[in-house]
Amino acid sequence: MEAFSNELNYILLLPLLAVIGILMARRWPNVREGVSIITGILVFYFTWRVYQQVAQNNIVELKWLEILPGLSLHFKVDALGAVFSLVAGFLWIITTLYAIGYMRGHDEKHQTRFYSCFAIAISAAMGVAYSENLFTLFVFYEILTLSTYPLVTHAGTDKAKEGGRTYLGILISTSIFLFLPAIIITWVVAGTLSFSQGGVFTTSTSTILMSFLLILYVFGVGKAALMPIHRWLPAAMVAPTPVSALLHAVAVVKAGVFSVLKICVFIFGADALQNLEITQWLIYIAGFTILMSSLIAMRQDNLKKRLAYSTISQLGYVTLGALLISQSAVVGSTLHIVMHAFGKITLFFCAGAIYVAHHKTQVSEVDGMGKVMPLTFAAFGLASLSIIGLPPLGGMWSKWFLMLGSLDSGYFSMLIVLSISSLLNIVYLLEIPARAFFKPAPENARLEEAPSISVLAIMITSLMCIAMFVYASDLHQFLLEAGLGS
Amino acid sequence: MILDLFNYWVVIALMMIGFFIVIARGNLVKKIIGLNIFQTSVFIFYISAGKVNGGTAPIVVEGAKLYSNPLPHVLILTAIVVGIATTALALSLVIRIKANYGSVEESVILKQDKL
Amino acid sequence: MISHLPILQVIIPLLGAPACLLLNRPNLAWLFSILVSVLTLITSIALLMQVQAQGTISYMLGGWEAPWGIEYRIDFINAFVLVIVSALGAITLIAAKDGISKEIAEPKQPLFYVSFLLCLAGLLGITATGDAFNIFVFLEISSLATYTLIAMGDDRRALWSSYQYLIVGTIGATFILIGIGLMYMMTGTLNIHDLAERLPAVTASNAVLASYAFILVGVALKLALFPLHFWLPNAYTYAPNIVTVFLAGTATKVAIYLLIRFNFDVYEISAPQFKYMINMVFITLGIMAVIIASWTAIYQTNIKRMLAYSSVAQIGYMILGFGLDSVSGLQASLLHLFNHALMKGGLFIALTAVALKLGKVELDDLNGLAKKMPWTFAAFVIGGLSLIGVPLTVGFVSKWYLVVAAAEQQQWYIIGFVLLGSLLAVIYIWRVVEAAWFKPPKELQNAAGNVTATTSREAPVLILIPLWILILANIYFGIDTRFPVSISQQAAQLLFGGA
Repeated sequence: MEAFSNELNYILLLPLLAVIGILMARRWPNVREGVSIITGILVFYFTWRVYQQVAQNNIVELKWLEILPGLSLHFKVDALGAVFSLVAGFLWIITTLYAIGYMRGHDEKHQTRFYSCFAIAISAAMGVAYSENLFTLFVFYEILTLSTYPLVTHAGTDKAKEGGRTYLGILISTSIFLFLPAIIITWVVAGTLSFSQGGVFTTSTSTILMSFLLILYVFGVGKAALMPIHRWLPAAMVAPTPVSALLHAVAVVKAGVFSVLKICVFIFGADALQNLEITQWLIYIAGFTILMSSLIAMRQDNLKKRLAYSTISQLGYVTLGALLISQSAVVGSTLHIVMHAFGKITLFFCAGAIYVAHHKTQVSEVDGMGKVMPLTFAAFGLASLSIIGLPPLGGMWSKWFLMLGSLDSGYFSMLIVLSISSLLNIVYLLEIPARAFFKPAPENARLEEAPSISVLAIMITSLMCIAMFVYASDLHQFLLEAGLGS
Repeated sequence: MILDLFNYWVVIALMMIGFFIVIARGNLVKKIIGLNIFQTSVFIFYISAGKVNGGTAPIVVEGAKLYSNPLPHVLILTAIVVGIATTALALSLVIRIKANYGSVEESVILKQDKL
Repeated sequence: MISHLPILQVIIPLLGAPACLLLNRPNLAWLFSILVSVLTLITSIALLMQVQAQGTISYMLGGWEAPWGIEYRIDFINAFVLVIVSALGAITLIAAKDGISKEIAEPKQPLFYVSFLLCLAGLLGITATGDAFNIFVFLEISSLATYTLIAMGDDRRALWSSYQYLIVGTIGATFILIGIGLMYMMTGTLNIHDLAERLPAVTASNAVLASYAFILVGVALKLALFPLHFWLPNAYTYAPNIVTVFLAGTATKVAIYLLIRFNFDVYEISAPQFKYMINMVFITLGIMAVIIASWTAIYQTNIKRMLAYSSVAQIGYMILGFGLDSVSGLQASLLHLFNHALMKGGLFIALTAVALKLGKVELDDLNGLAKKMPWTFAAFVIGGLSLIGVPLTVGFVSKWYLVVAAAEQQQWYIIGFVLLGSLLAVIYIWRVVEAAWFKPPKELQNAAGNVTATTSREAPVLILIPLWILILANIYFGIDTRFPVSISQQAAQLLFGGA
């Protein structure tokens, strides 16, 4: 039973060991980045092993220690966690590759601090993915917040500190004021914090209390960026692009929606959630978030800001799926975590590449750049299509299941929301490659891409968008067999 | 009635007088005097509590049957010593305050340093 | 030897103090006082183990039987407090040398160690003794030593702070004396254990209620319970840095112990209405302390003063636990007593290191300092996180217990205030962290500043070691919580079972 607990130990502790290595090798950049990459590969290998064990229905469990009676640091991998950690582990390697090109091309300072905090953040994201109970999840959720703060304020300018303050302020205050009380009340009412199939509350728990708790959870997990708790995400865009790419498109925000998904499925349970009056209102709020942030994204000229609002909208999809709670919706949400990860990280990589190579940050500045950076903009187009949800790209499947899920649960209105959102995606995302390729090129335009190691990273992630179209069925199969959903 | 508890009325009167001086006077030495009066009232309180009606001083003598309680008196000897130590320390502090601020008036000191 | 441990606990530092005076050489006195404090620590640990093994220890001073003689009575709760106080005493002394040799003139340095050991002896005496009048005597020993220690600060405002504290402290101690006198009049005994048995018979009398009130106010003055806390920020700010470390970790803790002893052990208030009123007073004052003091802390520019206000707020949490009047509430208070000693001790030692380099601890001067003193400021960050109550630190454990205790009684609003307090702590701690880690270093203009700028490196090892002992303890006891949790649980159950 415990045979695979070693893998979990490695996954959680290797990045921390890497921090020591990174700090020791701070004078030799090549060794330092080498440590990061090797650790990344090892961690990915172990997440893959864990994934396979879960696929064979083996229990992968690890109990560290009991902090207070009944509250323990306890890990147990389920299908959701296995998928999330696999994606995060894979993208860490790619992002490190990309970061080498970006950080050196940009001659950034404090690179040692950058790579160290990065490794801690990854370890924390893995802890969130594998947690067996809400307490463990909360602990790693907070570590994730704190370890990414130095990354957001990396530049050290007043603007960066302002952004960092918003980032930390919103995330900490929501988790202290909403998330933590919700956990404590759950502990007092249900007597346990373990994620369990069908939820932890008994049928006698009052619906008013449960509605109240659901609100606390859904807004308390500030990283899920449900409106109106979304302001931190655009604020975090002051960070260097690799940070925005991995953390604010993959690890941090996905940890947020992942937590919401876990809480909906394993703390409340499908039956309880469906019976709550409040659920439908939260579903409408999720729908509102999806549409509203798409509209805001259209009006953003800053490329990273536009992508940030797009992320908020896409996170709304996952929250929506979690609240709809039907099997297709939950599967759709999980798939969307994966698909959106590959798509959005590619977009951020491209934005960073444009910035490193040409110091352009605004959408209006990319006119005709397609001739200068053809690979980058081709990848941008591809990833946009995946996020819009067109075949033959991975993004299609998650939208498909989410739409199916809305119908299953009888929310025809959400089907419309999702369709309109796709149209809006086309407008605000495809505008960028369209401008790049079809507007007249600036004079003296010649081919000049970002550092080749960064372009390589972009290529890999954009190809993954295509590959996921094919492999989605495997993933779907895996999720169903591992007994996800009701 | 009032005279029955005469000692305790004195205690309360002294206590309030002392307390008032500590609070109302700006002169640091006068504050210490007030503090001493305040403490003295408690000494009297203890000594009064030790008195047993009709009892004699707690010394074994021929013919005495009832003695006053000696314990409060012993206790208060300790408290008096503590009070003297406190006064001595307070006065030495005042000397150093005078050396540093050139005054023993609270208002003058607070004007020199924002506290 | 073993059977005399309870008195050795007090006698060792009490005799160590004059011996220090005889040595009369700063470094010798320092080494000797470390020796004394380590012996004291060993004694307290041995006592705790003895209590765990065989229950409450009763020691008759001079062989006179209680309740006529003076009894030293060690049970779970004071054994626990003895360990906290003596451990902090030892750790503080290790860190003391560099700070003291800079802040205090050389001829006076041995006197510092004398006062320090006297203060330690007084605090341990308050905790160990089982005699009410003895409590008063030891309280005055520790207080007089404390006034002296504060007055040794190198700023002249230290004198004024010391004087202010002397007046307030003496009034508080005299109040306690009155309370003890009234109790003696009603029961004819001074032995705490005996008092607890005899008081219930006369509990309806007004004299007993008056004595309760006098003692409550007197102790509240000593422990700086809001709104009687006005002396504390000044005293903490202008005392020598190392004294602040010691006071923050021990003096208020011992006062809290006194309050626990009197409130839960000695007085058993039977009238439910009165009991309810007292609890509401505790809860209200506790909440006000947490919110108002934390709020004030946010606006302080002197970091020592900021942490002093934070201490007032932390005392509020402990009082809040009293007001809940349940085993888990009291347990939360006891845990916080232990935890707060660890985190505030650590934070104030970090400030000692900073003050050693800069001479002062204004927020603006900290800009970019973390580059030069990474170990010190890493410790500050961890200590700060613990103060906020982040999981995996001790701060989380005590807050968790407090919140669960409030939830047990369905007092939801208390949870809200506790969490609000944490949020305010985030703000005031983060101002420091942001300045030290993320702001560019300020150009030092004055000549003296330039000298420190070029030579300023990491703090001396003798400060770093005790600092990291405390900081690692913050993490260790935040993860392996068995020791404080089990002891505090037994202590809380003992008090509620006995009362």
